[in-house]
This record gives sequence, structure tokens and C-alpha cells, in this order.
Amino acid sequence: MSGNPERFSRLLIDLQDVWAGYEADTVLEQVTFKLYEGDFVGLIGPNGGGKTTLIKVILGLVEPSRGQVKVMGLPAKEGRRFIGYVPQIQLDDKAFPISVWDVVSMGRLKSGFGNLKLSKTDKQAIAIALEQTGMEDFANRSINELSGGQRQRVYISRALATEPKILLLDEPTASVDPHATTQIYDLFSKLNQDISILLISHDMTAISTYVKTIGCINHRLVYHNEKALTPEMLAIGYECPIDLIAHGIPHRVLAEHDQEVGHVH
Amino acid sequence: MFTDWLTYDFMRNALMASLLVSVACGVIGTLVVLNRIVFISGGIAHAAYGGVGIAYHLGFDPMIGAIGFSVLSALGMGLAHRRQGQRSDTVIGVMWAIGMAIGIISLSLSPGYKADLMSYLFGSILAVSVVDLWLMALIVVMVMAFVALFYRKLLSLSFDETFSTVRNLAVTPLYLAMITLIGLTVVISMRVVGLIMVIALLTIPPAIANLFLKNMGKIMAAASAIAVVSSILGLMISYLLNLPSGAVIILLLGVFYLLAAMASAVKHQPAR
Repeated sequence: MSGNPERFSRLLIDLQDVWAGYEADTVLEQVTFKLYEGDFVGLIGPNGGGKTTLIKVILGLVEPSRGQVKVMGLPAKEGRRFIGYVPQIQLDDKAFPISVWDVVSMGRLKSGFGNLKLSKTDKQAIAIALEQTGMEDFANRSINELSGGQRQRVYISRALATEPKILLLDEPTASVDPHATTQIYDLFSKLNQDISILLISHDMTAISTYVKTIGCINHRLVYHNEKALTPEMLAIGYECPIDLIAHGIPHRVLAEHDQEVGHVH
Repeated sequence: MFTDWLTYDFMRNALMASLLVSVACGVIGTLVVLNRIVFISGGIAHAAYGGVGIAYHLGFDPMIGAIGFSVLSALGMGLAHRRQGQRSDTVIGVMWAIGMAIGIISLSLSPGYKADLMSYLFGSILAVSVVDLWLMALIVVMVMAFVALFYRKLLSLSFDETFSTVRNLAVTPLYLAMITLIGLTVVISMRVVGLIMVIALLTIPPAIANLFLKNMGKIMAAASAIAVVSSILGLMISYLLNLPSGAVIILLLGVFYLLAAMASAVKHQPAR
């Protein structure tokens, strides 16, 4: 059942025994995770299970209290420049007056001075990033006029404009209707030909059909490069939401664990 | 009748001050509105009164005290906001009130006639000196240079701070520079409309522009133009009707905002 038998490919993200949290509250415990070149990993987990914290740790926005994080062999704060980060759509940034083109052009900003004008290369990269997500006809539109799925595509284009090695997606289909969800996952499959993808979501249904390998995050992380949920995942799985379990495997093996949803050890 | 007022020196200074402050407010106010830190700019304006009071008490130019207090409180409030997000509103409210309290106490401890200090509360554009004008010009140049140099980064920071951080765009220095310029703009705006009404001069012009425009640079330009028109028109009306100029300017802006909001609502009404 191994989704990616090539273990010789390059290691992109490497988390070793990572613990992290806020003040006295430990959100991530003992998380060890590796993302290799070519991977398309979906991590599922309940709200409050540490999905966002895991993303912040990988992006160097939260320092782990223990353990080590490497991105492209570098500390997270340096290696994150290789990550195309696609945040969850916030509906409250709807009012911001900005065009699709200007959002995607943010992907071309570099640290230091010298961002006064877009170079020819920048403009080409922006145009390509828009084409890749099928948003090229929307370049001059205001972001406020777009649907949830279209906005998501713009954010993906912005990430692609950074010419990333890795796409890191936080709940990519949270504000997207079912039809657009299918289209977005089709897009991911296509992008995965060149870019490794790590996506984190509580939406099990979409993930299971598209990703190459799947894992479960609920304070602890269970991931063994497998396509389906394994018995070991189920060991922490009863802490994951039941709809996740019910969709993930054919039988309702965990019905009796209903009461333990959200239980934290 | 409409030109004779320009024969007075103080009216020419007032006109120049209106122009300079309006331009700074249009540009900086757009950043304030888009970054949703209107509350911070109100806090800076009121905290600055502490500096006015202390400077007056110690016998030097109140403007120097205002600059010191507004920049320090801007940095303090800005850092609190970055650390705690929405929860920082309490800290900002406390600094707002403490600044006012320091100002009031220092002034009550100072002997003599203090009527001109009311001008810091309600504005006194007719008392603008040539030194004030140079200070305003300097701050306008700083604001323009900052926005011209960092426009794209400011746009990215305002739109999505996390993404900007992940791209290693020196978010914190940029934010602190922005908040310092907000503090300086608040100080020069105090001369025109007073610290109580600074918030309006900063936020109403960009709010009007934002109803019709969907580009930060265009909003900055339009907001500056709206502020220039309102302040000069307000100045003329206040001269003709002998009313306080700061309040007239703000009231005009309020009327413009209502008209613009109605026009925008009509424009965006779905076709039947």
C-alpha cells in the first residue's frame, strides 16, 4: 500500500520529535514527519488537534519547545522560502481593495530593497502562475468579486509565483463549494507532477481520493507513507472525528468510540 | 470676497498647512484603514496630550513633547498590537487614557494663562507658524518617500502579514516604520483639527475613496485629494461664517462621506 516507493528521493521537510504549544498548553507532542520530493501528503485531524500549529512550526512562525525542524536541510526560517504557502481563506479580508494580479505579484517580493518595479521575469512568472490555476482571465478583477473557489485559486497562484519546491495548504477547500472542490483537487494532482504537496484539512472526503499518502494529526501525528488509514492510525484515530473514520475505511469499526471524540490524553 | 482672506499671512500659512496635512493624512490614513488600526491612531493622538502637557510645564515647545509622546506611544501600541492582536485593545485604551491624564495634570500644575492649549484639543490652524510648516513639509516628504520605496511590501504586509513573514520581508521593521510615521502624521494633524478629531481626518478620506476604488495607490491619491478639498473648503467656510475651522472641516468630511455612501449604495444596487 505504500504510496511512494522511491525512498531515494530528496528529503524536503524533516520534523524530528517536535513538541510545540502555547504557554502551558502542549498542542503538538512527539511529532516526527518527513516529506520527500514528489510526495502528495494529506494530513487530517479534528479542529483543535494541532493542524494550524503544525503549519506554523513548519513555516518557522512558532518555535518548537523541543525537537528539530528542517526545511530543505535549513532551519525553518530560512528554508521556508522554498515553501509556497496557501493560507485558509479568511472571509473578513473580503473588503480589501486589491486586484487578482496584485495579490499574485506578492509572490514575487524579495527581502531587501529593489522591489520598486516588477521585472519582465516577474511578470512572466505571475502570468504563468495565473494560467496554471486557470485564473488568467481574472487578472484585473478585484478579489472581492470572486467566489470562494476562485479566491483559493488566486492564493494558489500567489504561492506558485514564488516558484516553490513545496506547496503547503491549510484547509484548501474550507470556503469552497463541492464542485469547485473537485476542480481544486484536480489542480493539485496536476501541480504534483512538479511540486511536492503537503495539505492539512479536516475534510476527509476530498483528501482520501486525491492524495498519494495520508496521515492523521491529533496532537500526535501518525504517518507512515501509506495510502489508507492504518490500524495504527486508528489507535489515535478514535480521537479524530467520526465522519473522518467513517469515510476513510469501508466499515463502521469505531462506532462505539463516539463518546471519545475530542478526548485529549 | 473669496480671495481677500489670502492677504493675511496667517491665512496663507493655514492654507499651506491644510495642503500638507491633507496629503500626509490621505496616504497614511489609507494604511491605517487597510491595516485596521484606527483605534491605535486615536490612542496615539490622545496619548500625545501627555507630551503637550509635560513640555508646557517644563517650558519648551509643546510640539516637541507631542512628537516624543506620539512616537513612543505609537511604538508601544504597535508592538502590543503585534504581540496580542485583537486582545491589545485594552492596553491601547489604557495608554490612551494615561497620556490624557498626564497632560491634564501637568497643565493644572503649570501657572498662567493656558487658553492656547485648547488648540491642541480642537485645532488651531490659524496659529500655524512657519516652523510648523517646515515640520509638516518634512513629515510629508518622509511619508511620500517611505510609501514610494516600500509600496509593494506595504501592500503585501497590509493584505496578508503571515504570507509576508514567510517570504522573509522584514515585516517588523516595516511595521514599526509605518507606525512611527502614523505617530508623526497624527502630531501635524493635531494642529489642523485637534487631537480629538484626528481620527476623522485620517479615516474619512480613505473610507470615501475605498467606496469607489479598488487599488491602494489610487485610494491614497484620491484620499489626499478629498482631504485637500475638504480642508480648504472648510477653512473658507469657517472664515466666512466665523466658525472653528477644525470642526467645520470634519463636518464637511462627514457630509461628503454620507453622500458618497449613498452614491455607492445606488451604484451597487442589483438591477431589477
